[in-house]
Parts: sequence; C-alpha cells; structure tokens
Amino acid sequence: MHKLAKAALAFHGLGRCSVTEKRVSAANILRRGLVCAEHGDDGGRSEVYDVIISGGGMVGSAMACSLGMDTHLLGKKILLLEAGNKKVMDKVPDTYSTRVSSIGPGSVSLLSGIGAWQHISKMRCKPYQRMQVWDACSDALITFDKENLQDEMAYIVENDIVVAALTKQLDGLSDNVQVKYRSKVVKYTWPMPHQAADSVPWVQVTLASGETLQTKLLIGADGPNSMVRRELGIPTVKWNYDQSAVVAVLHLSEPTENNVAWQRFLPTGPIAMLPLSDTESSLVWSTSHRLAEELLGLDEESFVDAINSAFWNNENQSELIETAGSLFRGALSAVMPSAGSPRQLPPSVAGIGPKTRVMFPLGMGHASEYIRHRAALIGDAAHRVHPLAGQGANLGFGDVACLTRLLSQAAFNGKDLGAIQHLLEYETERQRHNLPMMAAIDLMKRLYSTNSAPAVLLRTFGLQATNMLPALKEQIMAFASK
Amino acid sequence: VCFNYTLGSPASRTCRLGMFLTNAHVFHSVLFTSYYTICHRDVKAARVLERSREMWGFCNVKCLLLLVYLHRDNLLNVHGARHPGKPLAGLRLLDVGCGGGLLSEPLGRLGAHVLGIDPVSDSIHTAQLHASYDPDLCDSVSYRACTLEELSAEEEEEEEGSGHFDAIVASEVVEHLADLETFAFCCSHMLKPGGSLFVTTINKTNLSYALGIVVAEQLLRIVPSGTHDWEKFISPVELERLLESNGFSVQSVQGMLYNPASGAWSWTNSTAINYALHAVKLRDDPRRDPAEEDRGAAAHSSAPRD
Repeated sequence: MHKLAKAALAFHGLGRCSVTEKRVSAANILRRGLVCAEHGDDGGRSEVYDVIISGGGMVGSAMACSLGMDTHLLGKKILLLEAGNKKVMDKVPDTYSTRVSSIGPGSVSLLSGIGAWQHISKMRCKPYQRMQVWDACSDALITFDKENLQDEMAYIVENDIVVAALTKQLDGLSDNVQVKYRSKVVKYTWPMPHQAADSVPWVQVTLASGETLQTKLLIGADGPNSMVRRELGIPTVKWNYDQSAVVAVLHLSEPTENNVAWQRFLPTGPIAMLPLSDTESSLVWSTSHRLAEELLGLDEESFVDAINSAFWNNENQSELIETAGSLFRGALSAVMPSAGSPRQLPPSVAGIGPKTRVMFPLGMGHASEYIRHRAALIGDAAHRVHPLAGQGANLGFGDVACLTRLLSQAAFNGKDLGAIQHLLEYETERQRHNLPMMAAIDLMKRLYSTNSAPAVLLRTFGLQATNMLPALKEQIMAFASK
Repeated sequence: VCFNYTLGSPASRTCRLGMFLTNAHVFHSVLFTSYYTICHRDVKAARVLERSREMWGFCNVKCLLLLVYLHRDNLLNVHGARHPGKPLAGLRLLDVGCGGGLLSEPLGRLGAHVLGIDPVSDSIHTAQLHASYDPDLCDSVSYRACTLEELSAEEEEEEEGSGHFDAIVASEVVEHLADLETFAFCCSHMLKPGGSLFVTTINKTNLSYALGIVVAEQLLRIVPSGTHDWEKFISPVELERLLESNGFSVQSVQGMLYNPASGAWSWTNSTAINYALHAVKLRDDPRRDPAEEDRGAAAHSSAPRD
C-alpha cells in the first residue's frame, strides 16, 4: 500500500505529500507540529460530536447554520462554541454601529440559502449599485456597476446585524445544532494520524469550565488571532501594514440617494465612504498609525473637515501627472470613444455619530495550510486582508459554502467527516480562490501607498485603461462576487 | 455538478448508474490512502495488517466510493428507505471479505446494520478496534472472523427458510475464491427473497492480464506479486450464468475504470478490466408466470449476453 499511495499521489501530482508523510515517519509528523495525543481512558464511550465550530462570529455562525440546515447532515451532532454572550437583537438600534461589511452576491446567496438573509433584510441593510474608486495623485478613476443600475452590486450590512440574524436562525435549528455561549476554550488536544491502540482518535476540546468535549472534526473560525491555528502549529505568512483603520458613522450634509460606495486612494492610505442609509454613511479610513491617532484626537468639526478635504481636494496632484493622465485618456478615448464613465463627487459630510470613532490595526495574514488531521480553518483564521477591497467577509462566507458542500457530499457517501481527503479538497479549492485575491489586494495597497511619479504613472494608466474595458471590469466583479 | 440528491419520487430513484457516468470525476481514490492511515494501529500490528490488507485492501478499497454509491442508490431503489441523513436505515447488509471494514463503515454510517465477515482475524480485529471508538458505528456495524460457508452453515442450523440479509456485498472477493458455486449458493441462502447481491471483481481478459497482473503486480508493484491469479478471474457472462443458475436475476453490470493520472475511479461502458454486478435473488413465488420461466430458461442457455 505504501507504493500504491505514492504512485497515486505522484500520478496526480499532489505537491502536498502529507498523507504519505503522516503515515510514513514520525519525524515528519513532529515537523508539522502535531501535539501527541494523550492516552484517553474510556473516552470512546462518551458523547462524540460530529463537528465542533470554535468561534461564533459571522463566519462561524454561518458555518453552524449551514451545516445544520443541510439535508445530508441531518442527525449529525454539531456544536458551536462562542466565548462571548449571545447576541440577541429584538429591536434594531437607532444608531448604526461602526463595524460594517460589504456583502457580495455570492455571500448573499449563501445567507439566503440558510434563511438568515430574510432576517437581515427585515432588520437593516443597504444595497449599493455603483462603486467609484479614484486616485488622489491623478485624475484616474474607475467605476464598477452592473449593466442596468437596477441590480445591486453588493450590500453594506452592520456586522452585529449579521450575527444577530444568524443567531436567530440557529435558535430554530436546536435539534441539530447546539450552541454554547460564554465558553472559552483553554486547550485543544489533537489526535495522532495513526490510530494507536489506546489513544482517543478524536479531537478533544477543553473549556474553561473544565468540561472536555470530543469531536470528529474541529472547525476553527476564531478570527485573525486564531487559537486553533496556533495550537495546530500551522505556519502563517503575516505582516502588519503600518496602518490602522479609523471607522466612524458619518451624517451627510443632505439626504441623497446614497447608492454609491466611494473610495479614494490617498498617499497615506485609502479613505472609503460606504452607504448606510439616505442620510448616513460608514467611514473606513486606513492611514498610518500616527495619523490615525491624530484623527481620533481631533474634535468633531475638524474631523469632519479632514474627511471632506480628503475626498475633495487635489493638492496631491502634480502637473506632470495631470498632463500625462489627460494625454493617456485622450488616446484611449480615440480608440474607444464610448468607454469610460463620468466622474462623480461623493456627498459632503456634516457630522459624525456620537461615540462612533474607533481605530484598529490592519495587517495581512494567510495560513499556509487551511487543514490538518480532523481540523479545518475558515474565515479570518485562515486569511486576513486589508479592508480596501471589502472582501474579508466574502472570502469567509466563500469558505463556509465550499466546506459545507464538501462535508455534505462526504456524509452522503458515508464517510467520516474528519477524514482528510475532502478537507484537502476544501483547502485546494479555497486557496486557489483566496490567494490571487489576497495578492491583488496586497498589490493594490502597496501600489497606492506612494506618491512617487513612476508608481503614480503606472497606476494611473492602469486604472484608466481598466476603466475603459468593460469586459475586464466584469471579470473583476465576477471574481470578487464568487 | 449538482450534488443535491433528493430522495424523492420513485422516478428519481430509478437506475442511478447512468447518472454516475456523467459525474465520473467525482470519484477520488485518495480516500483509501488516508483510510489506510487511520486503520494503522502500531507498527507491529500494522505489518500483519499490511500483509492481509494487501490481499484485500487494494482491491477492496479502490472501489470503495463507487460501491457506496452503487449500494446506496440501488438499495434505495429497491427498498425505498426514506431517512435523509441515513438513506440505508433499516437494512441488514452482509459484507463478505470486509478486510479492515473499509466498506462496512460507510455503509454503517448511512444507517444500515452491517455484518462484516473475513477469514483473516487480524483484519477483523483492526476493524473492530476502529469501529469501537465511534459511537455511531458501535450499534450499526459488527464483525466476525469466519468464512461465508461457516456463516451459512450456522444460518441453516438456526432456522429453515429464507435468509436474513437485505443485501450482500462481495467486493473484490470472487477473484480469490476457488469454489464459486458454493459462494453463490451461500449468498442465495443468506439473502431474503428479493435481496440484492453486489459483486465487484476483475474480468478475465487479455487486457486484465496485461494491466492487472503484469503492470499492477510486476511493473508498478502497486499490488504485491501473487495477489491475483488470472485463472481465477471471471468474466461477467460467466458470473451471470453462475448466479442465475443459483436463483439470481442479474439486474445490471457496469465497468469501472481507474485513471492513474488523476487517481480517480469512474464508471465506464467497458467491462474489460474491472466491473460491478448487481443481482437480485428471485422470490420463490409459486404463482410465477410462464413468461418469467421462459426468460429464466433462456438465461441458462449458453448464448452469451452483451
């Protein structure tokens, strides 16, 4: 069988020889940092969950809902562990909360499928039809919209509302899915890939309360500082951007249709205004730590002035860039006269919501592996991105959809849910999708972090050219909405 | 590719084999390598297991996923079980030559009561150990180290009349047996009337000699030399004739193909190398109509079927 396994893997070129490694030598296992299993006593006879999800945020809760509602997983025991309190929202609060996410079409269809989207639409969400992104250092701009402006591109939803909607849906699934709130995990014990005679083959989760749970599959959805990922010893590529994001709720000067998402790339970082309602928008201003602190320290009026001037003033543009930009635009419109879109200006801001100014640091992170024996990572635990593209939540929901589909199929084939081959499929599929997206976001961030002329020229031309190619823009939108 | 499988109308549950041809790329054989991983106890036992597993394992395991599909959907077809999540609930299955339980376990997880038998007691021991940890399997899967003949003899002693099982699975077994008549007879004995027999095995053709013995055993050494004896391979026509003379009616025969480049198994039209066969034990109905009897007579003739 050694040879069979090697032949099979070699033939279909799996670079990841983990399966043969795990079987062949203990040294390889240790290298991957697996903790040795403790010898269980009669652990085999107590209750074993089929899936435990660690982390009840947007992505973890969506995973729990999604598994609980799948027909092939009926009868499986699913548990969601959340360290915080249960988020119930009987009445939507009058004020908007500062943490919002852009929910794309792929995520909307996942949430509709699990019945959470109807709660969200009843509570509060704002669709937007167009996105305008432009540069502070030049005239270049790009707009994204659907063919007829009737269709929404995406929705801006407050994170609290998403979690509350998912919690409500989970309440209705209490036959299959159990949720334990205020349960903090203090220890994970991983099983050996080889089943030894007297060791427990399941993942053991020890809570702060002393309770120990066992599961066939552990899904880590515990955020960018994931304990699951750390305990598994999965190497993570990460760096801190020297940036923090300042978020706030903005009151607009006058009511407007407000169905456009605005983002301007300043040399210090992008500033974005996302619509929440006809009179309010959400601010996400990514800038250096020092500037972010300064912004937080400003009084309301000065802060509002800073926002307006960030969107409106043109002092960063140099003559050279302006000339080059308009030349290029002229050349392009000679070739494609009908392409391009008119520049619009964002609405002006009059005030900010009380006590809504917050800042948090930004970074990039990617786990080199999403899975291990009987464990999988989803959401920010696996990948963390810059908010400039509004893709963080969507990538997480994409993980949920993919893993649910694969687990459902595995259950339909009578497979053990923690078996590695469908976890490998999940990892391959999602890494193939996530890595290009993350690379693109990181590239954008770096490209727009400077105002040196060559970089500005490059991005100016690039942006203008892309703006004139509707086919390319459609491809970009399609990729982002998967 | 749509994986939403609705256990709905009888029409939707009729013959699934054609559907799987179009979804052929679904089948991955990586699963058996990792399953082998899970079943590995400690090194000493593993070596013993390895030897017995190599007897049964490669052949048993390679078709695993296909078989689960085949059994689940053919069994659903005939018995009409309706439990989403446990499509085989209420069915009693016998897995002949179960090895380490590689097929018994998924069938058990799908809700069936499975008895796995194998003459190699080490395999049974591993299978029992592996199943013991999983509370879902403890109730539904059990194993015994015995041969089919022994089990059949016990059945005879216990009670006269028809057998206990809704279906028997003999995956990669018949090509290792010397006496197929006894095998067919015992299967017939153990099955309820109308029960199903699923056999997967290797055809006796020049191609199967070339690929199954020369390439697999001697060149690539995927399987240890001497595992298979080409003389013991049986063609679908022969097998069909054998089964029909023992009171079975063959429902379908389907070829299977392994693609070494992708490591995937798929259904195929050609039964030249590997094939799966589904037969049903005829009911002893005294009111059998003459037309059926004629068909039975025709099947016993030596004219080979396509």
